[in-house]
Amino acid sequence: MDRILQIGRYPARAVRKLGAIALFLLAMLQAMPYTLRRPRLVSAQVLNAGVLSLVIIMTSGFFVGMVVGLQGYDAFSRLRQEDLLGAAAALSLIKELGPVVTALLFAGRAGTALTAEIGLMRATDQLSAMEVMAIDPMGRIVAPRFLGGVISVPFLTAIFNSVGILGAYFVGVRLMGVDNGAFWAQMQEYVDAGDIHEGIIKSLVFGVAASLVAVFEGYTAERTAEGVGLATTRTVVITSVLVLILDYMITSFLL
Amino acid sequence: MPGAEPGPYLIEVDDLRFSTAGRRIFDGLTLRVARGTITAIMGPSGTGKTTLLRLITGQIRPESGSVRVDGREVARLDRAGLYELRRHMGMLFQNSALLTDDSVFDNVAFPLREHTRLPERLIRTVVLTKLQAVGLRGAARLMPAELSGGMARRVALARAMVLDPDLLLYDEPFSGLDPISMGMIMRLIKANNDILGVTSILVSHDVEEISQIADYCFVMSGGKVIGEGTPAELRRTDSPLIRQFMSGSADGPVPFHYPAPPYRDELLGGPR
Repeated sequence: MDRILQIGRYPARAVRKLGAIALFLLAMLQAMPYTLRRPRLVSAQVLNAGVLSLVIIMTSGFFVGMVVGLQGYDAFSRLRQEDLLGAAAALSLIKELGPVVTALLFAGRAGTALTAEIGLMRATDQLSAMEVMAIDPMGRIVAPRFLGGVISVPFLTAIFNSVGILGAYFVGVRLMGVDNGAFWAQMQEYVDAGDIHEGIIKSLVFGVAASLVAVFEGYTAERTAEGVGLATTRTVVITSVLVLILDYMITSFLL
Repeated sequence: MPGAEPGPYLIEVDDLRFSTAGRRIFDGLTLRVARGTITAIMGPSGTGKTTLLRLITGQIRPESGSVRVDGREVARLDRAGLYELRRHMGMLFQNSALLTDDSVFDNVAFPLREHTRLPERLIRTVVLTKLQAVGLRGAARLMPAELSGGMARRVALARAMVLDPDLLLYDEPFSGLDPISMGMIMRLIKANNDILGVTSILVSHDVEEISQIADYCFVMSGGKVIGEGTPAELRRTDSPLIRQFMSGSADGPVPFHYPAPPYRDELLGGPR
């Protein structure tokens, strides 16, 4: 009997958490007018979460692109279809690797920082102090960080894709000798607007998911050093799993 | 504070009940805080002194009973009403709760920038006056991390005072301070009360300091008030519990030992 109860506990906890996130999102939306009247709060967070993630995004993008170039070249050369490398690399980056890897890197680089920052502010009573000063921490602290993430992720994804394609070009054309003209021409031929839209939709959804998880975990973190640490871990774990699940769902809807 | 008809009491707590994490914190707490006084709320650690401040500021709601501030029932206020009420309150947090990303100056200016449309020049003047009052005008450009505990608390006090509140709440204002900082904070609390007529509520267990500045004290234990009066009256009380608390004896009605099996059995009885 106890075992059966135990089994029921996990979904119950998941549902409760989902409800808590929904209420949290609602409270944040209510606080949005305050935030939108102060665009500087948001731009500071775009700098914080987005611009400072550029180095890791570009480095990773270049290497992922190079690997795609290498694996693609290996596969296509067996079929004697090396010319298709440009199209294949661009499609896999734009539709899948770009949005997914960017979201995962964002969770690790910026999401954890957001969680820890908000969690520590909660633990040191900074959020309570704001509340007592009649300033809603949702509007002042949480919503700008959420929006900063939501704005940053699509741009980071675009940059990741561009650098990734350059990486594939570098390996495919420069190192492996794929024809330069064919590389770009096949890319133009086979990548259409629908593919790019798919990538943009994914990056938007992932940006919302990653940012929401990060600020929610920070805001609800237990007010101890250990609590903040656990919340930071949860941010990475939940975001990663969520992004992969959402990726499959979006892909199956759009294809 | 704008109210229908200002009664003699700024805070009225009636038959308050509240539990958290399955533990009953308040069980029929009733107390009154008169306007313009320094009122101390004392009690051993864990009696819910901080929780009471959170109830007064409307950060949490009671299970039953009422908390009225200036005649208004805090738990019934909507968000706008609550925020309006809080603009007339200042609170000093035990850990100061300064915004760590902002300088001392910006911390004190924060409520002014949020709640007023004063030009920056005027904000500067007000902030510097408040910092002067706490003796830290020279520290305006420092960051919170560069301050000592006592200095941080004085900055937090300047921030709590900056909108000229009618009610100041102090959460353990003396804990963890060196004697000099403690003396400074005491003088400031007294000055706020004497010069500005602010009603002050001090939550503390520092009996010695409280006795020097409080006009009236409540002693809490077991979720209710077990004694009240001026510090002098409390010292003369017959209640052994209050006596123990006021004199700081290790043993008395509140035992030194947490309930445990007999010492000898536990040491010599072998593992269980």
